Amino acid sequence: MTSSEGVEASPLLSVRGLTKLFGSFAACDAIDLDIGHGEIHALLGENGAGKSTLVKMLFGVLQPSSGTVSLEGKPVVIPSPGEARRLGIGMVFQHFSLFEALTVAENIALSLDPRTPLAKIAEETATISKAYGLPLDPSAHVADLSVGERQRIEIVRALLQNPKLIILDEPTSVLTPQEAERLFETLMRLKAEGRSVLYISHRLEEVQRICDRATVLRHGKVTGACDPKHETPASLARMMVGTEVAEVKRDSANTLGDILLQVNKVSVASRTPFAVALKDISLKVRAGEVLAIAGIAGNGQSELFDAISGEYPIADNDGIVLRGKPVGRLRINGRRLLGAGFVPEERHGHAAVSALSLSDNLLLARSRSDKKAFLAGGPLAIVKRDAILSAARRICSMMDVRKSGEDPAAGSLSGGNLQKFIVGRELDRQPSVLVVNQPTWGVDAGAASRIRQALVDLAKAGSAVIVISQDLDEIFEIATTIAVISDGRLSDPYPAGELTLEQIGLLMGGIHDSHSGEKSSGGDQTGMETAHAH
Amino acid sequence: MRIELQKRANTSMLFSLLSPLLALALTLIAGAIMFGLLGKSPLNSLYIYFVEPLLDVWSLHELAIKAAPLILIAVGLSVCFRSNNWNIGAEGQFTIGAITGSILPVLNPEWHSPLILPLMLVMGMIGGALYAGIPALLKTRFNTNEILTSLMLVYIAQLFLDWLVRGPWRDPQGYNFPQTKSFQPEAVLPEILDSGRAHLGIVFALIAAVALWFMMRFMLKGFQVSVLGQSERAGRFAGFSARRMVWFSMLLSGSLAGLAGISEVSGSIGHVQPVISPGYGFTAIIVAFLGRLNPLGIIASGFVLALTYLGGEAAQLSLGISDKVSRVFQGLILFFVLSCDTLIHYRIRLIVNPSAAQEGKS
Repeated sequence: MTSSEGVEASPLLSVRGLTKLFGSFAACDAIDLDIGHGEIHALLGENGAGKSTLVKMLFGVLQPSSGTVSLEGKPVVIPSPGEARRLGIGMVFQHFSLFEALTVAENIALSLDPRTPLAKIAEETATISKAYGLPLDPSAHVADLSVGERQRIEIVRALLQNPKLIILDEPTSVLTPQEAERLFETLMRLKAEGRSVLYISHRLEEVQRICDRATVLRHGKVTGACDPKHETPASLARMMVGTEVAEVKRDSANTLGDILLQVNKVSVASRTPFAVALKDISLKVRAGEVLAIAGIAGNGQSELFDAISGEYPIADNDGIVLRGKPVGRLRINGRRLLGAGFVPEERHGHAAVSALSLSDNLLLARSRSDKKAFLAGGPLAIVKRDAILSAARRICSMMDVRKSGEDPAAGSLSGGNLQKFIVGRELDRQPSVLVVNQPTWGVDAGAASRIRQALVDLAKAGSAVIVISQDLDEIFEIATTIAVISDGRLSDPYPAGELTLEQIGLLMGGIHDSHSGEKSSGGDQTGMETAHAH
Repeated sequence: MRIELQKRANTSMLFSLLSPLLALALTLIAGAIMFGLLGKSPLNSLYIYFVEPLLDVWSLHELAIKAAPLILIAVGLSVCFRSNNWNIGAEGQFTIGAITGSILPVLNPEWHSPLILPLMLVMGMIGGALYAGIPALLKTRFNTNEILTSLMLVYIAQLFLDWLVRGPWRDPQGYNFPQTKSFQPEAVLPEILDSGRAHLGIVFALIAAVALWFMMRFMLKGFQVSVLGQSERAGRFAGFSARRMVWFSMLLSGSLAGLAGISEVSGSIGHVQPVISPGYGFTAIIVAFLGRLNPLGIIASGFVLALTYLGGEAAQLSLGISDKVSRVFQGLILFFVLSCDTLIHYRIRLIVNPSAAQEGKS
């Protein structure tokens, strides 16, 4: 099996008319897909386009409603992930399924034959991880490893089954640019061995760089198959979205005003064993400024959000100053009354309660700040349904929220539309300080551009905006100032124009110019040494 | 092969509304089978159990007496359960409410003042609330599980009552029976109608149900209850305190259980004795769920469950069956309510897995 073998002649995997119905909704609608031997095949599409449903069917997690899958010309049925592995299909999920309290080898053993001795697994793990440039220490505990290392465990676990096809679901969404680079080298090595890769991503540049062919999905249908190297990011985006995505417009220079929010040397111990402690964080945001805080997930972003929002107030009252008033010990509604607005990362169960209606979810964030408009009857606090309903209508039309029915449950909206509502809920108050965590995470391109434009406009109107985001494209699109968070430390702020992608990558990995983030880079090194020692 | 519960794409509104009625129908069918197995005529037994008690005025009064504590406790519990606090110890709060409410008449049998009754009711509510405050304190301070602590406190309350009426509170002229002196007339909850024994307890129950319905439906407090019950994190984002909600819901349900306790002792029994409840505090959990945790629904379900108590007594007299049969009916109702609800949201699928055999081989 070599990579020069004719792709058209005998595809490794051939999918015909694959359909998955959930009720009457077709998540995948008559999908055709061919993956050749030794090919890196990209699967492109927006959130909700059906990518995950498709690969879950290929990996036996879901059963297709109709259609066929053939492997090397023979039709196969894949009833379970175990069967998929035996057929030679390996999968690395976007969300890892690892036990933090167990070691690397123990985690790998869980997916293998229970009779294989642990020592043998550890040995094979070391060999494979060395051979593919994926340094891993088999005896390290998962809890101590970085996200990149955890992903390596998943890849090694898949490779131990000697698969012909490896499916990677959004592998780089959790990696620094440098870590991603390393992953690409591994993928090239796999390709050279004649293995095939199905690579799911919405990052068009990396798809263009490493993939041989691409299949584009939209609304559960194949809308294009192409060689990504012959396309431009814009033409790929058009295939994904169906229309041109509006570009965020912003004036080159916002006039900066007073400091509206200031954080002074705040340290917060971690509340749970798996949370990140904040270490000596300082930042300032002025009126008219968009401060973007970049960083890989799980480096203290949500803890920083909790401290600034006041969901978990901090001990030092002067640690946070909002519009000139120290508010460190003030709770979230006190800070809202001072003109701050907050948008947390998790839509369901944090920013909104899925089972409650949109109007109830509006009241959720504004029961205190809009007490006069939304409540009546003094101490009885009777909810003024009509006022809230009309405010919800106003927000929906301002942000173009598409919904079914007059006041549907939040859970029935798509991610993008619910996020537009949640952001609009704050914008509707015209907050002088807005703190947003991952504003467009899992949101379709149209809604994302709408939300980004709204944030830029808010800053232009004289508010201070903090955007915590993992999406570097988003950060470069809207930020006036960029800082990077890594292992609970925040870097110095840099004007957006002065930072390159590579510099951000280094900061994300924890290499600060002021203090070196010993943990993650050091962890990598020890991992490498031990792995080589085996 | 395995059995799976699969979530239905959309739940039927009609069946969600019909579910309690469906559960009642199934309970009746299961009850008929049970009577048949016991060698009684099923239809006649069901008639004696469920219909006869409704036919004369005296037993309608009894129905109201039994429904009152069930409704009072259950509306308090519905707020608790809605806010995701699982107070299982209403029986204990009922008992302690009865004890603290009885302090005045037991210790001052000669105090004949119209003030005594309102004071007794207030003290009963305070007693029940304080007793529910123990699991609330343990939960907010030490993060203990309120299901266990509130349940265990039931047995402490019952044994404490037992000790009281056999020891310090025993009536010296009571021929050594373990009970207190009968309350003075001013300390007895008045009857509402001349035609029977039903006392003000049922009025309290209806007022509480309507008030809590209003709170849950129209007030910010009710909104806080449902937000915190569904997502503590979202509640924190809204600025609502989950700790305060633990206190609010536990104290509210505790005080209503305490009010039920003192109303029962003062209105129906007239003195304190070792056993003052046929398990009202536990049955109220069934009442709350059968009423879909909605205070108005609870009024209806309270009367249904009260009927099982009354029918149990009737069955004992006319059919010669143990009154444990009322427990059986209560269990059946809860079982069918929960299974109807489950089947409305999920469908049962038999999964025949051809690769299961191979799975073992690997």
